[in-house]
Amino acid sequence: MSVRGSKTQYGWLAIVLHWLMAPAIIGLFFLGWWMRSLTYYDAWYREGPILHKSIGILLLAVLLVRLLWKLMDRSPAAEAGTPRWQALAARLTHVALYALLLVIMTSGYLISTADGRPIEVFDWFSVPATIQGIVHQEDIAGQVHKFLAWSLMALVSLHALAALKHHFIDRDATLRRMLGLAPKPDNSTTLTTQ
Amino acid sequence: MKKLAVLLFASLLGATAHAAEYKIDTKGSHAFIQFRIKHLGYSWLYGRFDDFNGTFNYDDKAPEKSSVNVNIDVTSVDSNHAERDKHLRSADFLNVAEFPTATFKSTSFEPLGDGKAKLTGDLTLHGVTKPITIDVTNIGGGNDPWGGVRQGFSGKTEFPLKDFGIDYNLGPASQTVEMLLDIEGVKI
Repeated sequence: MSVRGSKTQYGWLAIVLHWLMAPAIIGLFFLGWWMRSLTYYDAWYREGPILHKSIGILLLAVLLVRLLWKLMDRSPAAEAGTPRWQALAARLTHVALYALLLVIMTSGYLISTADGRPIEVFDWFSVPATIQGIVHQEDIAGQVHKFLAWSLMALVSLHALAALKHHFIDRDATLRRMLGLAPKPDNSTTLTTQ
Repeated sequence: MKKLAVLLFASLLGATAHAAEYKIDTKGSHAFIQFRIKHLGYSWLYGRFDDFNGTFNYDDKAPEKSSVNVNIDVTSVDSNHAERDKHLRSADFLNVAEFPTATFKSTSFEPLGDGKAKLTGDLTLHGVTKPITIDVTNIGGGNDPWGGVRQGFSGKTEFPLKDFGIDYNLGPASQTVEMLLDIEGVKI
């Protein structure tokens, strides 16, 4: 498999980046949700946010690599037979997912660095504060972070359900190609029924 | 004419000593509403409210007639840690979305001599109004170098956070918050 995508296939780098980020994004959402319910004397009261911030910063770095790669890479076209509106909806969803991820991670960064403190990424390195000292910065950024995280999860659900629909109902190669699998040899017959 | 001037001067002097209303000098930040609470029982954590305003009446000839009113913008809580401040503003603690303002209105001022007094009043915090008593010391007062008249006090009180409906569990050593109040007023 090529590192670059083609008209019908994703390249392996795009596939690796996709599946590296997917569990991290969903995991960060549930970690963030759960850690806010912890009480002061829970062991994870400190560990939860440390993990959340560290993974978040690494995810941001991976996202930037992915966006950069997307500019240079070639993405496969929608499977033949996909209605125009579906192809457009898929494209818009992808753009919205990237945009939400960027804003969510930026807002998270702005919460933790609101008073000039850096974000420690595990014990490896720290990311310094830049924009700081806006009145109630941590509260505003916090609201954005929370609201958009829920929005992201709604879109992620749509994205995943659409992939499953392609796989099980349309029986096309949309999901298979993101898994790096060869298209089914017999799927050409079902494709035309769309 | 000279007599009139003397009279005027005397009455001015008199005015400085008699009942007068003072505006708390938040503009020049010579007033601080601070709190401290024990962290785990191992150390003191300090914070303050940056935005507030208020006035007080004070008459050194009749201090028992003193009164004070203060409004505090609770959203201005500052413990020098953004993430903690965000938590303090949340529903776990101050719930500033619902209760953005705290007020203190005095109901009595009992001089104990030696510049000390007991100030009692109603504190409204977190939507709960309860009487509290503040131990007050008059630090000093008189003319300032810029033509104004000032009067300053230091106050201290403490209360369980539970009394005001704040029941987030910070541990057994951190139930009670101490308020450290230092205000200087400029005569209006």
